[in-house]
Amino acid sequence: MMERIPILKMGAFLLVTIQVDMHDRLALALQDDLTERIVADQAHGVLIDISALEIVDSFIGRMLGNIAAMSRVLDAETVVVGMQPAVAMTLVELGLSLKGVRTALSVEKGIDLLRVWLGLRGETDGGAAR
Amino acid sequence: MAVLQDEVLPLRSEGDIVRARQVVREWARREGFGLVDQTKIVTAASELARNTINYGAGGTLRLEVLNDGMRRGLQLTFEDQGAGIADIELAMKDGYSTNGGLGLGLGGAKRLANEFEIVSRPGEGTRVRIVKWRK
Repeated sequence: MMERIPILKMGAFLLVTIQVDMHDRLALALQDDLTERIVADQAHGVLIDISALEIVDSFIGRMLGNIAAMSRVLDAETVVVGMQPAVAMTLVELGLSLKGVRTALSVEKGIDLLRVWLGLRGETDGGAAR
Repeated sequence: MAVLQDEVLPLRSEGDIVRARQVVREWARREGFGLVDQTKIVTAASELARNTINYGAGGTLRLEVLNDGMRRGLQLTFEDQGAGIADIELAMKDGYSTNGGLGLGLGGAKRLANEFEIVSRPGEGTRVRIVKWRK
């Protein structure tokens, strides 16, 4: 049985917290799982918390970009939250711009962004503790 | 140039990429690298380890602590006996990839390190060496 990264449903949003040093296959599985869950749960937003990730290399960067692009096609917005400053500095030097990937500093700020973008403020409670 | 310490890790499977990242992180931390430089060398190691496995059909990573009399550094050498690279200049170019990747591995690793050297012969294999000096 392959290891999987859990996807939590929070109202209209899905939340993924990446806690492990991901090997490549796990990253690809997450991409597939999220795509399925967006459709199954009719989610309009995806939050990916990478605050525990110590590096983002080109493979993980590509995964984040793919998730953002696929979710957009499925009428959901993706926000990547919590990137460590050292990771951000390294990404830029690596040459990864994460074009098309929205980012926020924390899960709370990410939820705020999603609500504004989706016009859901006041309509749907993401269920997050504030 | 004195080599103070060395270790060789196998690079055969995806799990070895994760292991390589962890060991490089341990060594960089132990050598007193700052968090940003630790992150840079671990990221470079991740890119190069993946290249060794995906393009070189597997190989090894040698880690060495260097002292050139003035400063200490961490040297990482990735070696495989795979197909080799016919056109290194092209392979170094950002965005060039033969397997649908982002094509940032070699160029990105070069930017993240202080020294970068690549030697490759078609049919014989590839060796990439990077050094990060401690500030």
